[in-house]
Amino acid sequence: MEIKLTLNGRTVTDHIDPGLLLIDFLRDHGCLSVKRGCETSNCGLCTVLMDGKPILSCSMLAARADGHSIQTLEGLQEEAADFVGFIADQGADQCGFCNPGFVMNTIALLREIPNPTDDEIRAYLAGNLCRCSGYDGQLRGIRSYLNSRKG
Amino acid sequence: MMNIRNYVRVQSLEEAYELNQGRKNRIIGGMLWLKMGKGSIQTAIDLCDLGLDTIEETEDQFSIGAMVNLRQLELHPGLNVYTQGAMAAAVRDIVGVQFRNLATVGGSIWGRFGFSDVLTQLLAMDSYVELYKGGLVPLEDFAACKHDNDILVRLVVKKTPGQFVYQAMRNQRTDFPVLTCAVSRMEGKYRAVIGARPSRAIVVRDEKHLLDSGITPESAAAFAKFVAGSVPTGSNLRGSAAYRTHLAGVLTQRGILELGGRG
Ligand SMILES: Cc1cc2nc3c(=O)[nH]c(=O)nc-3n(C[C@H](O)[C@H](O)[C@H](O)COP(=O)(O)OP(=O)(O)OC[C@H]3O[C@@H](n4cnc5c(N)ncnc54)[C@H](O)[C@@H]3O)c2cc1C
Ligand code: FES
Ligand code: FES
Repeated sequence: MEIKLTLNGRTVTDHIDPGLLLIDFLRDHGCLSVKRGCETSNCGLCTVLMDGKPILSCSMLAARADGHSIQTLEGLQEEAADFVGFIADQGADQCGFCNPGFVMNTIALLREIPNPTDDEIRAYLAGNLCRCSGYDGQLRGIRSYLNSRKG
Repeated sequence: MMNIRNYVRVQSLEEAYELNQGRKNRIIGGMLWLKMGKGSIQTAIDLCDLGLDTIEETEDQFSIGAMVNLRQLELHPGLNVYTQGAMAAAVRDIVGVQFRNLATVGGSIWGRFGFSDVLTQLLAMDSYVELYKGGLVPLEDFAACKHDNDILVRLVVKKTPGQFVYQAMRNQRTDFPVLTCAVSRMEGKYRAVIGARPSRAIVVRDEKHLLDSGITPESAAAFAKFVAGSVPTGSNLRGSAAYRTHLAGVLTQRGILELGGRG
């Protein structure tokens, strides 16, 4: 079947298998930041934005994205650059595998709640799992970014 | 994961219904539960073009389309004013924001999952499901029925004046609940709904009139004891039957006391 969608601002038309998952479609189109973690809808590593809202690309058919806009980290480098350095400065990542999902969902968080409390950050990022860290470094990084904006 | 041969965005409920009579065809909601299964789906029937993704609020009811997602339930101001935040409390620990942006009300209710936070809270309210062929059915009756090939079109929640409290016990945030408990008082009548027993949620009413003369620590304890004694529980890897029965009493008591505090 044929689908047409906007991927990181560009119109993409493709012929796909009806059962193709969005994650595979995106990786086939060069968006290698989108990764498979659990594939059981639990870890948040495959997070992308559909019409601006964060979703799990491992759990949606590419066919459903027909007519919609999808954004991945490849298209959001500038927005991410604002805060990723603060997370790195806290030594939050160990292996770093969970990082693209965290960054995507933090973008969604900051768009929806520009000045979140620590509890709001924890609640919004609860669906992003990290096997290495205790989540504290990520929280500290986002907090120091928010503090730097105030300063 | 299951394998999907065809994908159809239906243009009418009749088209969806006809396709859904095929033994190997399936309606896809958020697809999160379906995807965990194996085997193959001949035709995936997508309702996303039918405008069923909105919550309509009138003076006396909420009409919630089958394709509304759990995040919409969580953020809807009217629903959360009406339930004093219980609707949001019921869904906010379901996996994560990204997951709730996909999981649908239709799939959640149709599934009648034992562990369902969503079903537990909706059973504490004056809720009905609208089926394409079956018409309007009280949610309590629907929750007890077997699955068939009808289509869940929307959920209707009447704004019967009431108060609601939702609680769930989880071993860890975002895991499946060990036990869910919603209590309500609508027009002076109390219910406790216990889910994740681990089987489907059931409604317990105050048949013994334990709360008729008001909520006190003693009457709340008596009702909690009655609920814990009437709800069958079972064991699985998240908790034993005895622990669940204990939790049913504790959560009911806390919930009723909280209702009492609201006057
Ligand atoms: C990893 C994971 C963790 C979860 N944790 C929780 C939790 O903690 N608490 C909780 O309450 N829930 C939990 N759930 C369940 C989740 O919230 C949804 O209820 C579930 O995924 C079903 O919703 P869906 O939109 O994904 O439906 P789907 O998977 O698309 O469909 C489910 C079933 O309903 C049928 N169906 C869907 N829509 C309709 C319709 N309109 N008419 C007729 N049939 C229909 C489908 O054919 C299918 O048989 C979890 C699910 C997963 C996968
Ligand atoms: S890979 Fe999608 S949620 Fe884990
Ligand atoms: S840093 Fe290794 S999974 Fe998060």
